[in-house]
Amino acid sequence: MSAINPERRKFLGKTSAVFAGLVIAPGVLLYDFAHGRAAGEAASGRVRWGMLVDTGQCASDCNDCVSACNKENGLSGGTSATDSQWIRKVELKDLRSGRTTSLPVMCQHCEHPPCADVCPTGASFRRADGIVLVDKHRCIGCRYCMMACPYKARSFVHEPLTDQNPDVPRGKGTVESCTLCVHRVDRGEQPACVEACAKAGRRAILFGDIADPESEISKRIRAVASAQIRADLMLNPGIRYEGM
Amino acid sequence: MKLMKNFLLVLLLAMTPAWAGDSVAPRLDIGKGGQCVEDPKLMRRNHMDILRHQRDETMRSGVRGSRHSLAGCVDCHASSRNNSVLGGSENFCQGCHTYAGVRIDCFECHSSKRKTVAEAGK
Ligand code: HEC
Ligand code: HEC
Ligand code: HEC
Repeated sequence: MSAINPERRKFLGKTSAVFAGLVIAPGVLLYDFAHGRAAGEAASGRVRWGMLVDTGQCASDCNDCVSACNKENGLSGGTSATDSQWIRKVELKDLRSGRTTSLPVMCQHCEHPPCADVCPTGASFRRADGIVLVDKHRCIGCRYCMMACPYKARSFVHEPLTDQNPDVPRGKGTVESCTLCVHRVDRGEQPACVEACAKAGRRAILFGDIADPESEISKRIRAVASAQIRADLMLNPGIRYEGM
Repeated sequence: MKLMKNFLLVLLLAMTPAWAGDSVAPRLDIGKGGQCVEDPKLMRRNHMDILRHQRDETMRSGVRGSRHSLAGCVDCHASSRNNSVLGGSENFCQGCHTYAGVRIDCFECHSSKRKTVAEAGK
């Protein structure tokens, strides 16, 4: 991370511009997080959902975020090559110092998602508020997106499914990945992993609107050092990691 | 074109009583009851277009809380017997589609069960 990152410079530039804009109109709340959007209202391009993972708070023997994700989205919890995994816990080890770091890796919700670039049907797309999704109605199961994703964040459903969660339709022959729990976020709730992590007393995952300079997550991103995984690819992921 | 449209309209209108009075028409378990989200006559013919439109609105733009939601149809129309819109010739979506020779894949992904019950069972 010693090389100059032009994307980060652009990001800083933009953030300060947004901040200046806010000073002109103080007290104007553009988005009320606690209540979700009103019925009939589309996702807003003024919002960008993101997460900040504090690896210092994440324990290698804790799997609560993964279990909560599996339960919420109806995943089997299996970890074989043909099982869907929306979050994987990854262990990093610095060979010289022996220091280990544990972190959850899921879809990084890139600003420039390669999955969407390579998708032949437009099924992979980035919603206005930054959530990268598979429109399973358009997905033909070609799996180009799985190959294009540098984070190996996507899974393919190989077998017919039954008893899906009514909020999370899933089916054979389509690709899927972390949706940031879009069905919960649209109701004004936090993603299931974030909630579970807090319940476990760790609060390692902070979720919020990174386009709003006044949000808790934006303030924290300004205050502490954090990094994106493979920032060199300049995809500008919406998921950032602290202490990595 | 206009003539054609009128002709089709007349044809469709002519079909309505025929359907309604048809003794071999499917006897469907309407489910919870109340009132449909649109005129049932309109729904009978146009529910697929309404659903397809809603699908893109919700999936691509994130519009929620619409009365045309598929989960909403299931919530009302799931049978009181098995809590599902599928299952047999009386079940709402399956009953009519079997009668009409239609196959849909929606419920390979979407839950065919009433949401409140499906969640309570977890
Ligand atoms: C609030 C409950 C409710 C909801 C929600 C609802 N319906 Fe209905 N629907 C009804 C009732 C009750 C009837 C029967 C009305 C009648 O026969 O007078 C009906 C009738 C219909 C019919 C005509 C059935 C026939 O026998 O001809 C169709 C088709 C239909 N609904 C489809 C849908 C679809 C598709 C949706 C979701 C977009 C939906 N409904 C949502 C209550 C509901
Ligand atoms: C391969 C899986 C899959 C299939 C098959 C599928 N859907 Fe979906 N559908 C989804 C997913 C995933 C969503 C997004 C759910 C969300 O974010 O709430 C969705 C959302 C929707 C929504 C908006 C949510 C709601 O309940 O109103 C509608 C409407 C919809 N689908 C209609 C259909 C119809 C009609 C069919 C059949 C012609 C169909 N879908 C088939 C996966 C599927
Ligand atoms: C009253 C009879 C009736 C009922 C009840 C009914 N359908 Fe249909 N549906 C039809 C008919 C007839 C067609 C085919 C129309 C055509 O091919 O033009 C159809 C077509 C569809 C299609 C488009 C299929 C395709 O391949 O294009 C979808 C999606 C659909 N129905 C969903 C539903 C759902 C979901 C329900 C239950 C909530 C339902 N329908 C209940 C009669 C019905």
